[in-house]
Amino acid sequence: MSDLTRLSADTMAQQLVSGQITSVELTQAHLDRIADVDRAVHAFLHVSSEDALSAAGDVDARRAAGETLHPLAGVPVAVKDVVVTRGMPTTAGSKILEGWVPPYDATLVEKLRAAGMPILGKTNMDEFAMGSSTEHSAYGNTHNPWDLDRIPGGSGGGSAAAVAAFEAPLAIGTDTGGSIRQPGAVTGTVGVKPTYGGVSRYGLIAMASSLDQAGPVTRSVLDAALLHEVIGGHDPRDSTSLPDPVPALSAAARLGAQGDLTGVRVGVVNELSGEGYQAGVSARFEESLDLLRAAGAEIVEVGCPSFRHALSAYYLIMPSEASSNLAKFDGMRFGLRVEPEDGPVTAERVMAATRGAGFGDEVKRRIILGTYALSAGYYDAYYGSAQKVRTLIQRDFDAAFASVDVLVSPTSPTTAFRFGEKLDDPLAMYLNDIATIPANLAGVPGLSVPNGLSDDGLPVGFQILAPARADDRLYRVGAALEAALEAGWGGPLLAQAPELEIAR
Amino acid sequence: MSHTAPDLVDYDEAVARFDPVIGIEVHVELGTLTKMFCAAEVEFGGEPNTQVTPVSLGLPGALPVLNGTAVEYAIRIGLALNCQIAESCRFARKNYFYPDVPKNFQTSQYDEPIAFDGYLDVELDDGSIFRVEIERAHMEEDAGKNTHVGGSTGRIHGAEYSLVDYNRAGIPLVEIVTRPIEGAGERAPEVARAYVQTIRDIFRALGVSEARMERGNVRADVNLSLRPTPESPLGTRTETKNVNSFRSVERAVRYEISRQAAVLDAGERVVQETRHWHEDTSTTTSGRVKSDAEDYRYFPEPDLVPVAPSREWVEEIRATLPELPAARRRRLQGEWGYSDPEMRDVVNAGAMELIETTIEAGSSPAAARKWWMGELARTAKTTEVELSELPVTPEQIGQLQSLVDSGRINDKIARQVLEGVLAGEGSPEEIVSARGLEIVSDDGPLLEAIDAALAAQPDIAEKIRSGNLGPVGAVIGAVMKATRGQADAGRVRELILERTT
Repeated sequence: MSDLTRLSADTMAQQLVSGQITSVELTQAHLDRIADVDRAVHAFLHVSSEDALSAAGDVDARRAAGETLHPLAGVPVAVKDVVVTRGMPTTAGSKILEGWVPPYDATLVEKLRAAGMPILGKTNMDEFAMGSSTEHSAYGNTHNPWDLDRIPGGSGGGSAAAVAAFEAPLAIGTDTGGSIRQPGAVTGTVGVKPTYGGVSRYGLIAMASSLDQAGPVTRSVLDAALLHEVIGGHDPRDSTSLPDPVPALSAAARLGAQGDLTGVRVGVVNELSGEGYQAGVSARFEESLDLLRAAGAEIVEVGCPSFRHALSAYYLIMPSEASSNLAKFDGMRFGLRVEPEDGPVTAERVMAATRGAGFGDEVKRRIILGTYALSAGYYDAYYGSAQKVRTLIQRDFDAAFASVDVLVSPTSPTTAFRFGEKLDDPLAMYLNDIATIPANLAGVPGLSVPNGLSDDGLPVGFQILAPARADDRLYRVGAALEAALEAGWGGPLLAQAPELEIAR
Repeated sequence: MSHTAPDLVDYDEAVARFDPVIGIEVHVELGTLTKMFCAAEVEFGGEPNTQVTPVSLGLPGALPVLNGTAVEYAIRIGLALNCQIAESCRFARKNYFYPDVPKNFQTSQYDEPIAFDGYLDVELDDGSIFRVEIERAHMEEDAGKNTHVGGSTGRIHGAEYSLVDYNRAGIPLVEIVTRPIEGAGERAPEVARAYVQTIRDIFRALGVSEARMERGNVRADVNLSLRPTPESPLGTRTETKNVNSFRSVERAVRYEISRQAAVLDAGERVVQETRHWHEDTSTTTSGRVKSDAEDYRYFPEPDLVPVAPSREWVEEIRATLPELPAARRRRLQGEWGYSDPEMRDVVNAGAMELIETTIEAGSSPAAARKWWMGELARTAKTTEVELSELPVTPEQIGQLQSLVDSGRINDKIARQVLEGVLAGEGSPEEIVSARGLEIVSDDGPLLEAIDAALAAQPDIAEKIRSGNLGPVGAVIGAVMKATRGQADAGRVRELILERTT
């Protein structure tokens, strides 16, 4: 029955509705797959077999009783470990939260449960979502299913790898500077960062509050739209949540899949190409533009001059907010508590000892950066200036979207690199997110769809950006490109991935 | 910890040689049903850590949502203090590590307060008005409550361990900051006390807080500095924290004036620091040194959107503001016809509401004042209770006065009836009928008594007959005595004159 794991989530949902399969069978197939391959991939930090099977059994019983269920009811999902789950350990990839079991569910988890989607477990990630390779997890590396010696991207490497390795049909990621889209690109999966405020942040362990956004990680554009529709929408518990209803995303994906983009104006961002982009990445990008053109889209070049300052602004705003958001991890109320080895055990010294032992190097680096940037006397020069750059970037987007419907670029400048390659060079690591960061700074939505293999045989991603609240455009254009690409490949890109060894 | 008592300069001498400048920060806990940023219910005296949510515990993933009622209350306060209300303002994060702050930052307004540029006219004991300029009123959340166990001081240093109760964490506060209060001179302590008292009365009148000082609903931090003359630049200030009664506010200012004068006289510099107030000894001791370089790394709270109260809403709130205490006092004084000193005595005695209700119950303003400021004030003083704590209601006093006004009892009997009321014998009506105190209005017994009195003193009767009315009073007195006071003196006089003409 392990064939089940190869289906799209959309097909799984249809077969559940028609009674061809049960959710228990489907969920068990994925648990089996996890047992088979996760020792090699290590996408999961926690597998919640009992919980998932019980939720699956419940859905099957309700379906048998004739209840009307959510379209995705019974389709299992994996959740990035930065999202709090009631009764299920949540670590955010950090030692400082080892063993912490939250007493409440994130809003998006409530929505998954309410839709009857069994939660398979929690996926690995860079500690507190800080990184682009998942090498900063306190619980070991996640391996890219395309090449186990390579990184799966980050911070959401676990969710992307789980989906790419058929351990889960769907997963939840979070994206502060590219943590959904870049892992999508390097694992040959689809990842979407919704409009800021489109998905509730209540229950997301915050890195940078003004940038964080949760979204779908899937194997197809339609599946992403379906999952996005489950988790999106207004949440009164998140003050920054948009009041709008979720747009018709799966309809947009189905429309796009028909292949007609006549009248759609696509802008190529000049600043997100050229130097630093791997040759194979650039070649696939150009080929994809040709496919869009062939589908009837009009391709134009667009200048976004402030984008070249995006990385610098991001690395001031993000650590500033993170330094404050991470202050609560102090050993006083939850999680790790470390007493100083010698000297008096005072609150202050316990806090210092706990944070010293509980946080990894990258987290400490960003806390120090942020603390410095917010300090009296430096605030205007650093945080203040960065906010001004942010405004300029938003204006660049506004100007661009006045003349085009979507903007496009390669998602990531390179394919997956080998473990350790950039670990000691933070700047090189940060550059992975050069193309994805502008969307977070402006709050606009972005999607990465696999668009082929580079010269090294590793997957490459194509990024589509749309104006705030126009997430439906991502799905229409993304699905159109996906359909054209898959027509050429004769199937999904992941079919070309090497088979993982079954280790049982 | 032992302290050597610091040198103090005699207060009068200190204010003769130095000009004090005060600044007061008042924190008021708003009486909302739930906390500032979450739905945890707020109730005084709950079991520790029962009034909490993931938000007020600062759990990972939790997000704040602003309490709309708290914003409305803050605007009410701002309007009552004659402030401008911001068109748009933000919260900021004040970052510092302390176990009673669950997120290790306090969500507080910083450079964008909801209300600013106001003033409060404060009435001093002699009836003069002192205007205190208000710099700002801003919203923030309270911290949890630490209890330091073990050690002698009750403070964190020397404690064996500390307990934290997060019930208080996240309770909405409004902090009202004055501009430097200059020109109060020797009356600085009185101005400080009167300001806190006035603003506390306003909180109650607005219905935004129970404003009970003893529960810590209202807390005052008192800044004080001295300078040689009013023309000199401001001196270095100290901030005496958590001075939580009106009397203590006055005393704390007095004490710091004497202490700082001694420091300056000794040629030393006042240390800029916070100071602890000691209620028992009425002294302050050094707290933590506060330098301007203290860095809270404020930045705009990214989890909250700006607060932008519409002008329509602000005007709606303004229209529903109740009459404020000072205006009400002025109105009542006019209606009652009291002189300034009379009204001041009434207010200082806490008798204004009592008199108002007494008048509503049928008494004249003059009679109401006579009861509460006379007989009852004396009783309260001898029994050492507040007027409002006496076992008599304003309604009963109103009834008592009605009995007098309708001629059913006279003033002297009324005092006996009041004693009965205070002794718990019942209402004035009940006591009058139970004790048979009603005035004798039947002329028969009165005439008998008059005839007896006139017969007993024939010379007096003769004088009256000849037109000398001087001795009438003596005859009335004799009749009153004979009737045990239960006669209407007016009627007795009429009858005497009838009998002697």
